Amino acid sequence: MLQVDQLTKIYPNGEKALDGCALNVGTSQVVAIIGPSGAGKSTFIRCINRLVEPSEGRIRLDGTEVTGLGSEAMVKMRRHMGMIFQEYNLVERLTVMENVLSGRLGFVSFWQAFLRRFPQADIDRAFDLLERVGLAGYENNRADALSGGQRQRVGIARALIQEPKILLVDEPTSSLDPKTARTILGLVADLAHERGLPALINIHDVGLALMFAERVVGLSKGRIVFDGAPGEVDEHILTRIFGEADWRQTIRHAAEDAEQLEGKRATGADGRGSQPARQRGAAQ
Amino acid sequence: MTASDGTHANRVPGTGRRWRKPPMIASPLLRYGLVVLLAAYLVYAIDDVNFDLDRFIAGIPKAIDMAQQMVPPDFSRWQLLLDGVLESLQMAIFSTAIGVVLSIPIAVCAARNMVAKPVYLAARGYLGVVRTLPEVLIAIFLVKAFGFGAFAGMLTLTLASTGFVGKLLAEDIEDIDPRQVEAIRATGGNWLKVLLYGVAPQTMPRYIGLCIYRLDINLRESTILGIVGAGGIGATLYNSFGRYDYDFSFAILLSIIAIVLVAEWASGAIRARIT
Repeated sequence: MLQVDQLTKIYPNGEKALDGCALNVGTSQVVAIIGPSGAGKSTFIRCINRLVEPSEGRIRLDGTEVTGLGSEAMVKMRRHMGMIFQEYNLVERLTVMENVLSGRLGFVSFWQAFLRRFPQADIDRAFDLLERVGLAGYENNRADALSGGQRQRVGIARALIQEPKILLVDEPTSSLDPKTARTILGLVADLAHERGLPALINIHDVGLALMFAERVVGLSKGRIVFDGAPGEVDEHILTRIFGEADWRQTIRHAAEDAEQLEGKRATGADGRGSQPARQRGAAQ
Repeated sequence: MTASDGTHANRVPGTGRRWRKPPMIASPLLRYGLVVLLAAYLVYAIDDVNFDLDRFIAGIPKAIDMAQQMVPPDFSRWQLLLDGVLESLQMAIFSTAIGVVLSIPIAVCAARNMVAKPVYLAARGYLGVVRTLPEVLIAIFLVKAFGFGAFAGMLTLTLASTGFVGKLLAEDIEDIDPRQVEAIRATGGNWLKVLLYGVAPQTMPRYIGLCIYRLDINLRESTILGIVGAGGIGATLYNSFGRYDYDFSFAILLSIIAIVLVAEWASGAIRARIT
């Protein structure tokens, strides 16, 4: 689905953020990109939809070479890439519904966008997605009136209404409390599986990464230094990615959490079900 | 220090260290130099404008005489007064309506984060020229070009409105949160849609506030532009002074004050409600 070859990014100030990164991602795979701050995680993800212009290398998505597109074709290409942001990046003064529908901007005419006359199919989909992310009844709330977790749910709905071919997720949980962070990351992983979407998730929280990802990519100083299953991540590998520290606790906790989560999933009573219900209650 | 030795000096050794607030201008030469320079200029200036105490004293009775002739204000020619007021209002409202619409593309072009450098420089150049020239100067020029009357006044205020709203809106656009814009770009929206969904919602309250503020300013300006021949109640005022109809002048002045007060109050009240 996604092929990245020899991706290099050098910023105008001479900083080499990415150095010959290569990555292949198939359909429906949740990939966590872990690494310390400044390792190039954010640059990597933004090079894929070219919010950051790559200096060298090739990126192909679903057979199209993204790196070769002209600026107008690139704008069209971005419609097929859903992005979720660290600080949600909702348009604060617009309603929840307008924020979700803004995911369809690439598909509607200027006047449809201006007059907020989106096709009925888009509106139906928006309502469905709001319900799916646990925000039914919130469509007319202004985005700036929501809590962090609720905002990120809107962010997720906005990305998914694009019907993207890939999800690019940039530190989705860094601005959230630990419990909400888990719920949100779980929601992203579930939705990616449901829709058969590959998801690239930048995350610096190793515990969360090991819990939800099927594949872990370690980025350090702009280079991919590890690529494997969460089970393969041990203290040596974490030292390679992040540097020297005592990693034994981190790994043990993550393993326990993952086990617990599996158990809850099996019984169908995990925390994700209860949260939307509570928020629905609060809306009335 | 010596008087309170018993209690104070024992506890805090080294008392008596003096402290002064550091001066704003560190160099004493520059500090006192500036004072001397300012004083010298004031002496020169007062000499140059021929400040004449005799003339000042002689003028006082004339001013009192004029003030006496002004009361009571004469509203008998209310038809003339109303015509002037209505013309001023029309000038102000039309020029605001056209000006604030034209301001939008100008402001977008004058925002560094929205357009390419050459467009930005061109728009900033326009704003620079329009904003440097006071309204009355623009009016004098346009009256020469388009003839006496409200049309020249309306053009003046329209131009001035694009300068005012364009500049301040451009600054607001430059201050927007880039993350919201990035998110709209990431959905595959083109430049216009980014403007519509990423930029417009962030700047809308400021824009509405500026429109109302500009209407307030235009109402005020429209009352004086007549003095240079650009129509409105100002022309009526100027003529009444010319004919020594001071009581009529006073009636006009009262009307202008009323318009300005109402405009200012309404503008303030509306702007306070926008968030």
